[in-house]
Amino acid sequence: MNSVEQIKTQIEVALPDARIGIIRNESPSAQHSLLVPAAHALAVAKFLRDDPELRLDYCSNVTGVDWLDAELTEKVKVKKLVDGVEKEVEEVKKTQRPGYLESVYHLYSMEKKHGPVIIRMRTENRSDKANLPSLTLVWRGCEFQEREVYDLYGIVFEGHPDLRRILMWDEFKDHPMRRDYVEPDDYEYEPTPHDEVAEKTKKHYPEASPAA
Amino acid sequence: MSQSRSNTIGIAGGTGMVSQAPSVPGQRGSLGAQSLPHHQPGYTLQPKVDASGEVSSELLEIAMGPHHPSTHGVFRMDVVLDGERVVKLKPVFGYLHRNHEKIAENTSYLGSMPYTDRLDYLCSMTNNWAYALAVEKLAGLKPTERAEYIRVITAELTRLLNHTCLVGFLVQDMGAMGTPLMYAFREREKILDLFESLSGARMMCNYMRFGGCRVDLPPGWLDQAKAVVASYPKFLDEFEALLSENEILLARSQGVGILSRELAINASITGPMLRASGVNYDIRKVDKYGIYDRFDFRIPLGEHGDVFDRYMIRVLEMRESLKILTQALKDIPEGPIVDPKAKLRGFRPKAGEAYGRIEAGKGELGFYLISDGSPNPYRYRVRPPSLINLTILEDMCLGTTIGDVMVILGSVDIVLGEVDR
Repeated sequence: MNSVEQIKTQIEVALPDARIGIIRNESPSAQHSLLVPAAHALAVAKFLRDDPELRLDYCSNVTGVDWLDAELTEKVKVKKLVDGVEKEVEEVKKTQRPGYLESVYHLYSMEKKHGPVIIRMRTENRSDKANLPSLTLVWRGCEFQEREVYDLYGIVFEGHPDLRRILMWDEFKDHPMRRDYVEPDDYEYEPTPHDEVAEKTKKHYPEASPAA
Repeated sequence: MSQSRSNTIGIAGGTGMVSQAPSVPGQRGSLGAQSLPHHQPGYTLQPKVDASGEVSSELLEIAMGPHHPSTHGVFRMDVVLDGERVVKLKPVFGYLHRNHEKIAENTSYLGSMPYTDRLDYLCSMTNNWAYALAVEKLAGLKPTERAEYIRVITAELTRLLNHTCLVGFLVQDMGAMGTPLMYAFREREKILDLFESLSGARMMCNYMRFGGCRVDLPPGWLDQAKAVVASYPKFLDEFEALLSENEILLARSQGVGILSRELAINASITGPMLRASGVNYDIRKVDKYGIYDRFDFRIPLGEHGDVFDRYMIRVLEMRESLKILTQALKDIPEGPIVDPKAKLRGFRPKAGEAYGRIEAGKGELGFYLISDGSPNPYRYRVRPPSLINLTILEDMCLGTTIGDVMVILGSVDIVLGEVDR
């Protein structure tokens, strides 16, 4: 099985326009992944499936990940003049990372029996530009899983043949797997509410609260 | 034929009605009720009306489920029938959805171990193993030797009971009421007794831990397990004598629900269903997770990809599982049950991600975890084989009769706890 770097060069030789990134995975599993630009995703997916050496004919797992707006802190060594002497000082560098949604595909090969090759795609933002191309036309196995990602994360897969909610009901408004999802305040009735539930009760039935 | 059929089941407004009928679909119910006064409007199925107000066809839409005995749980298929032929079938999910993944992301890594039991509630041991395997990959843990053997033994016992029950349910769907299923449940109960004495629970075992298993085998357990394994081939022979050459089973299953090899691969089908279509892909052989490289067993493959092959693959896989069990029960070493370095409390894997998968009874069961260094997983995803194997349910059912739909669904082997999560 080729390493991610080799696969990256293979893709870039075949599709010179596609700029592939590599996402490192520092955990002991060492499953690194390829970041595919959305504009080239279909071509890359077709290449990965049909390339005689890779033959990733089996898309095992499709899932979404939600990354909120975050402030990344990074320790950077900077040379500075301290009391007239140049010293290396550690400084904390802060960068703002806008949030995005990510779809992750785990690919294996049933023919060559290797894998996984992990490809990821990222949306521009989490609200109005949460579109990604659907890979269902390349791997039929993505059909229900992309529907699930759409349902629970709100990534709109363009070109999906049947993009409907799958687990939540059709009238449901939000996407419950997002990190900032707020549960509806429709707690079940309790005859003797206490603690948090009692607070909620006051909000719902102010006249029934003990103070009133 | 379809004309007379539509009259007998009371579709309002046959062809004679259409010319007078208004083109507003919402009003057709009352009209139908007038023309057939003995029919309640709620029972009157309306034919589809196209833009010009013409009845476009004689198609009948029915919702099979969510409470239908053949759906093995709360699951619905919206079926469109032309006479008795299926022309469209859309599965509808979510009746058992409780957002397992969200709940797991809000609890610790260990906290969701008992919850994995409830995914495929027939096979809690393999669910436990798949989750433990993913966490072990994420944190770089290695289970102890004895734990590896116990995992193989419990997983293969789980496969036995899963396939036994599936065969029982499948023939039940074909109309063999009771008897084969009760034979299957009798054998399953023997395995559940083993699980109960091992973990304290018949079905919700919650037995595996990161880096090993929860408790050691109780005294005499290995002998009991050996006795169950030794008695199983006799049961399988009996079961096969009853079923494999049964005329009804052959007539109902051969050539029904054919799934081609190419479509099976492209649609991410896994497990016995994939191998019934002739694809040699078993994760026990491909990944050699755990200690599966030490055992001598073979992978049965089908030729036709029909329901009968799926039935036969399961019977043959049970025989191979028995081979693995015999070897594992003979070779199991003494030793610690859990890696002493593995922490149960305050378990925080380093930031990173891992995807771990095993060959569960129903197919590839995978867990995808992303850690951000906190005690809870940042992302916790279950790859449910039952759900993904349903992707091609419509493809297999198109053109068959409604009676075959139940048999085909039965041969897919789903458990709704895992489909809906």
